[in-house]
Amino acid sequence: MNEALEIVGQTNPGMVRSHNEDSITFDVNYGLAVLADGMGGYNAGEVASGIAVSVLSSEIRHRLDAARPEQKEAGTGDEIGFALLRDNIRKANLSIYNAAQSQPQYAGMGTTIVAGLFYDNRVVVAHVGDSRLYRLRGETFETVTRDHSLLQEQIDGGVISKEMARLSKNKNLVTRAVGVDAEVEPEVHGYDVAVGDIYLFCSDGLNDMVEDEDIGATLQMLQGNLPLAASQLIEQANDNGGRDNVSVILVKVKASYPAPRGWWAKLLSWFRN
Amino acid sequence: MDGAVIKEYALDKERITIGRKPHNDIVIDNLAVSSEHAAVITILNDSFFEDLNSTNGSLVNGAPAMKHFLQNNDVIEIGKYKLKYLNDQPTQTTAADFEKTLVLRAPVRQSAASATAGGAPVAKYESTTHFNATATKVEPRPVAPAAPVATATAVAIIQILNGPNLGKEMELSKNLTTLGKPGVQVAVLARRPHGYFITHVEGGSFPAVNGSTIGEQPHQLNDHDVIELAGIKMEFYLKA
Repeated sequence: MNEALEIVGQTNPGMVRSHNEDSITFDVNYGLAVLADGMGGYNAGEVASGIAVSVLSSEIRHRLDAARPEQKEAGTGDEIGFALLRDNIRKANLSIYNAAQSQPQYAGMGTTIVAGLFYDNRVVVAHVGDSRLYRLRGETFETVTRDHSLLQEQIDGGVISKEMARLSKNKNLVTRAVGVDAEVEPEVHGYDVAVGDIYLFCSDGLNDMVEDEDIGATLQMLQGNLPLAASQLIEQANDNGGRDNVSVILVKVKASYPAPRGWWAKLLSWFRN
Repeated sequence: MDGAVIKEYALDKERITIGRKPHNDIVIDNLAVSSEHAAVITILNDSFFEDLNSTNGSLVNGAPAMKHFLQNNDVIEIGKYKLKYLNDQPTQTTAADFEKTLVLRAPVRQSAASATAGGAPVAKYESTTHFNATATKVEPRPVAPAAPVATATAVAIIQILNGPNLGKEMELSKNLTTLGKPGVQVAVLARRPHGYFITHVEGGSFPAVNGSTIGEQPHQLNDHDVIELAGIKMEFYLKA
């Protein structure tokens, strides 16, 4: 995947918070990016987001050493890539939930998560809460995920317009989170990618502080230098006040990456000749 | 009828009704007011005004409104009465909670009491949200501009000093402006609260400022610095 993808990531505590409750990880060899924004008192937020990120990263990499993500799972018939994201978010949910139940200092902790797995010219994205995935394709910059938040529900329900939502005082109220209940339902979707696409995973510390338009313009201008684009985004969030932790992961699609076809596919084409 | 505040009402319920009949939460006994004239729906820290198909209608900030997302200092007019919406809390409940992500649990899963113990702000209202009802025109208090992005005091200009575009000027009106040719050499100029910075983006060579190359790190620009990029010289200057 090294030839196909370039991935960079940065996380920063911001200008106000003393510690960083966000956690990120990425591994270009597996086409994996995971970002979590923890919540909870003392350092519980860091613990929650840290558990989520390490469960996803270690479990998914371990499984992909032995299987291809585009294959179907034996039992369920689900594609392995989809199942890996969904099942491991549930696994992380349970381990955060159990830790919170057993240790009083972790009571009530939880985390949002957004995770992407790139394979077979696609990205499969799973999310819970209000951490986002955006995509820049050509001139178009748009959100791929839809927040699990009160505000998004109000926008969907027509209670409030997208423009007016910027004025809402109900930001940061998520309706789904990892680790706060015994069960969680991650939202998982797959999308085809195009060469040249840039994907941005971010915590709300970015999109609450910097307008989507400015985020898009920054990516558009700095797509030739991904590490600089990442640090510019964080700098803009902090210049605008940096009231929250801010994290970004940028993934650029440099070349196509179709799944290697199996021996049967080769055999089939050999018979056709 | 003298602009005096008649009464303040706290928006401490999800739905507050306004009308002529006594069962309303805010009763305005005036024939121009319908028996059930309007309602204010409050969801946590946001409130919405809704006209309930009243005979004479309602105005918000002077314009007829059926539905309106209320902002601090909005003035609702019903008949000859004016109601001013006040919600002067910053953006979250307290400064310490500011921007903190909280989980809003569905009340069906848990009772409100136990949800509150878990830190979710279910049904938590601030007493700063309330209405002033007055009988005559109220001058809205000037609203402080919402956390403006601090901008450099002067307007910055880039003027081309050689080549076919000699003499051309470009105002740095955006947070980021790129210079150069994609694929060849590109630099970005960033406008930040404490000044302007140039940073190398791509290309085999770095831009130069006043004759010396800047490397990979951002370099702060001073008035009348000369930038050289892909053979083009330009001057950075500030216009008061």
